[in-house]
Amino acid sequence: MSARGNILDKLRAGLAGSVPRPDHFDERLVTEPWQYAPGDRIAQLRSLMEAVQTEVHQLASARWPAKVQELLESRGLANLLYAPATGHGARLAEHWQAAGARPRLLAYDRPAEQWKEELFWKVDASLTGTAGGVAATGSLVLCPDRHEPRLMSLLPPLHIALLKASQIEDNLYAMMHKQDWAAGLPTNLLLVSGPSKTADIEQVLAYGAHGPRELVVLILEDA
Amino acid sequence: MSQRIPVTELADSFRGRAAVALADDQLRTNFRVAMDSLMQKRADAFPDADEREGLRELGNHIKARALSRLPELLEQLEARLTANGVKVHWAETTEEANRIVHSIIASRNGTQVVKGKSMVSEEMEMNDYLAERDIECLESDMGEYIVQLDGEKPSHIIMPAIHKNRFQIARLFHDKLGVEETEDVNELIQIGRRTLRQKFLEADVGVSGVNFAVAETGTLLLVENEGNGRMSTTVPPVHIAVTGIEKVVENLRDVVPLVSLLTRSALGQPITTYVNLISGPRKPDELDGPEEVHLVLLDNGRSGAFADAQMRQTLNCIRCGACMNHCPVYTRVGGHTYGEVYPGPIGKIITPHMVGLHKVPDHPSASSLCGACGEVCPVKIPIPEMLRRLRQENVKSPAEQPKVKDGGAKYSRKERAIWRLWAWLNTSPVIYRLFLWGATRFRKLTPKNVGPWTDHHTAPVPARRSLHDLARAHLNQGDPS
Repeated sequence: MSARGNILDKLRAGLAGSVPRPDHFDERLVTEPWQYAPGDRIAQLRSLMEAVQTEVHQLASARWPAKVQELLESRGLANLLYAPATGHGARLAEHWQAAGARPRLLAYDRPAEQWKEELFWKVDASLTGTAGGVAATGSLVLCPDRHEPRLMSLLPPLHIALLKASQIEDNLYAMMHKQDWAAGLPTNLLLVSGPSKTADIEQVLAYGAHGPRELVVLILEDA
Repeated sequence: MSQRIPVTELADSFRGRAAVALADDQLRTNFRVAMDSLMQKRADAFPDADEREGLRELGNHIKARALSRLPELLEQLEARLTANGVKVHWAETTEEANRIVHSIIASRNGTQVVKGKSMVSEEMEMNDYLAERDIECLESDMGEYIVQLDGEKPSHIIMPAIHKNRFQIARLFHDKLGVEETEDVNELIQIGRRTLRQKFLEADVGVSGVNFAVAETGTLLLVENEGNGRMSTTVPPVHIAVTGIEKVVENLRDVVPLVSLLTRSALGQPITTYVNLISGPRKPDELDGPEEVHLVLLDNGRSGAFADAQMRQTLNCIRCGACMNHCPVYTRVGGHTYGEVYPGPIGKIITPHMVGLHKVPDHPSASSLCGACGEVCPVKIPIPEMLRRLRQENVKSPAEQPKVKDGGAKYSRKERAIWRLWAWLNTSPVIYRLFLWGATRFRKLTPKNVGPWTDHHTAPVPARRSLHDLARAHLNQGDPS
């Protein structure tokens, strides 16, 4: 008999004579305490994200490429990892060219294995889009894909994320429903709620454990 | 990097280890400070008691519902994951689970493994198993890394290195990594970051645990703050997740309250920095992520606990650690005193099913039954009730067929005979009166040394007159003797 068969048999024997419990999921418990007036949603998200050292800016969508340039140049960073095949990637490249921005653009356009050393040690910053935000917990939703791979939001010390104001939901439950996650999830979906951190030494909070030391969120107010 | 773990290898008892821990002022301070702070953080994270209680009720309901359909949910999880391209393995014992993990690594000629935090891999003693086969298995959670570097085991399921302070860690890093000694926590973390980043880059295989496995979508959900879990599950070409069979939930929506309960109960955070939902390996056109994803489902005594409707509730556990943070015993003796993978109240009720009561005979009684653990448990496991049940199972005679693995570990004929005598004495009026008469008259003759009791208390001496006696005198307004 296989391990699988043995385990399932033992579990079934344990359940003999019992009936499955009905599903009494009371969705009010995970939604009602976490609802905000439309005007307060951004403020709620901001306050939670800022509480964990996230830098948040609200701006018109026409201005974000210049803001990204400013963020990099003010920190004196040498390069920026971006996703050339995405809409925002194309806009960034356009702006970079037009403005003659100094930091070098690195396109994530080949398998990670081909430039692992560089990705791990040489990249200063990255820019990614997001699939939305969750006000209740101060979280970004990221759905990395072939155009904007997973490591973009993990390896560089600075991660800059674009968040459309219209895609901020009150709570995780609402987000899950709105985007119908149960119908099928991508290979990897992430909630990111601040820069990487740890409190494993004496519970002292330290940022930049293994992922980004800094997270900057640009909220596009008219998008 | 072969490491044999000193603490659990000690041929010593819970009592012996507790005595050592209680005499260690540094250890006691480290735990006390940490537990006080974790309790405060949890309290702050649940400012509304009604909201908290409603959510705990829902958490309990979700886990109980999942357990009531566990076999079919496991099959559904397997089917969905398989359809998503994840390979599912089943293991009844830790030995089997280790063999599976090793064979996957060997099939890729792997020699270097990085591991995100996983308590199930601690159950398996995976690091040792792989080290004996010349495979380096490196912990990448900062706390786990510190503990591994010092050849120890975690003392807390969420905060593995909580028993150490920064000075001890500074010395450890200096001795083992050859870095300049620094007591700056940020600098210590950066040393860990640099060292481990190279290891992530080189690793052949990444191992992780699982917080929740969703049957509906075939998804493995992992929570973490550091990013080492994402590294371990994204960078190496192979990802192996190991988990207990009780981690499956029915629907994706079920994880909404469970994640909230978990992060708030554990750390007082509204959410962890990363919530990582993995539903499959890298697709052919994707540029990163593991080519292979495996899930190892481990039983290791869980189906034994499942067979008993009361003990089944131990499988509700979502491993938040709140019960240990609030436990007056754990706070004083620390995690290593328990001598097993899972310390504290939850450890006391799940460990017997894994290793048998013979190995942990003192676990059920190492509690004052104050009830704090049951009060804070986010999925409402009645821990004190289960400790009482385990105490009963612990002293059952073989004829009484104990229901827990190695039940009757503390059964003693002598003790049973004494209790029988005691019951007879208290239920036979004539004998009882005779006994009382004797005990009050010859009170000076009671022994001064009555076993462990007199180690820490003065010996009990019966009163000159019994309560019956005094009551009768009071009612009759006279002296009955």
